[in-house]
Amino acid sequence: MKFGKIKNKLNLKTIHAEEGIEDLDVKTACGADLMSDVLAFSNAKSMLITGLTNPQVIRTSEMIEIKIIIFVRGKEPLKETIELAKENNISLFMTDKPMFEICGKLYNLGLKPEKMVKIE
Amino acid sequence: MKSKKIIEDGIEKRDFASGGEVSSKLKNKLRKLGIDNKDIRRCSIITYELEMNLIIHSEGGHLKATINSKAITIETKDKGPGIEDIDKALKPGYSTATDEIREMGFGAGMGLNNVKKFSDDLEVTSEVGEYTKVKAIIKLKS
Repeated sequence: MKFGKIKNKLNLKTIHAEEGIEDLDVKTACGADLMSDVLAFSNAKSMLITGLTNPQVIRTSEMIEIKIIIFVRGKEPLKETIELAKENNISLFMTDKPMFEICGKLYNLGLKPEKMVKIE
Repeated sequence: MKSKKIIEDGIEKRDFASGGEVSSKLKNKLRKLGIDNKDIRRCSIITYELEMNLIIHSEGGHLKATINSKAITIETKDKGPGIEDIDKALKPGYSTATDEIREMGFGAGMGLNNVKKFSDDLEVTSEVGEYTKVKAIIKLKS
């Protein structure tokens, strides 16, 4: 599914959008507030839904090539977080909705969970 | 077999602001070397978890990554406080992190477990009050 469609359906506010990000085909997503849990998934190029806003979220995403982060519960990321995201070509969006609701809506739209498997 | 050093960097205790910089640097170097993407991702996860472990738990230390034609080796050595029960530390969910660290999204008790999961061979040795040494080997696909 094109990210542009997700953005519209969920009414996401843009914090920083990389050029062409709306055309990115998003197939899976991961929702977590614990960074090691995010790293345990590891499939490339997916989307992260989180309530954490510190720069470590960007570092974590950089390691596993997450291109899109959605911040939930109305949390605005720190300035350092936004700067680091720009350096790493990661797009940031936010919503006032809680994580459960955003994940539920994404699931209904047809996004599937990531497989928790070891990289072969 | 001859191994080449890719990076060797010091890591300061509680230096959260720089957390991930060493891993980021290694990732870019591996990319320039033309390493397979999946292998890069495994290396990145392992290095990042180890780097954060040193920042969160240790008195500081250093991280070194070397490569030969068969594998990448990532090693850390810190200045303590050491791990009393290594088997326990490797168990998923086991953590000694404080609430402050958990609020930053760490201390899930998955760090060393993730390192083990994504490496082909892992050695953890420790002397309480002295050091912890970790050596993770990632076999290259091509």
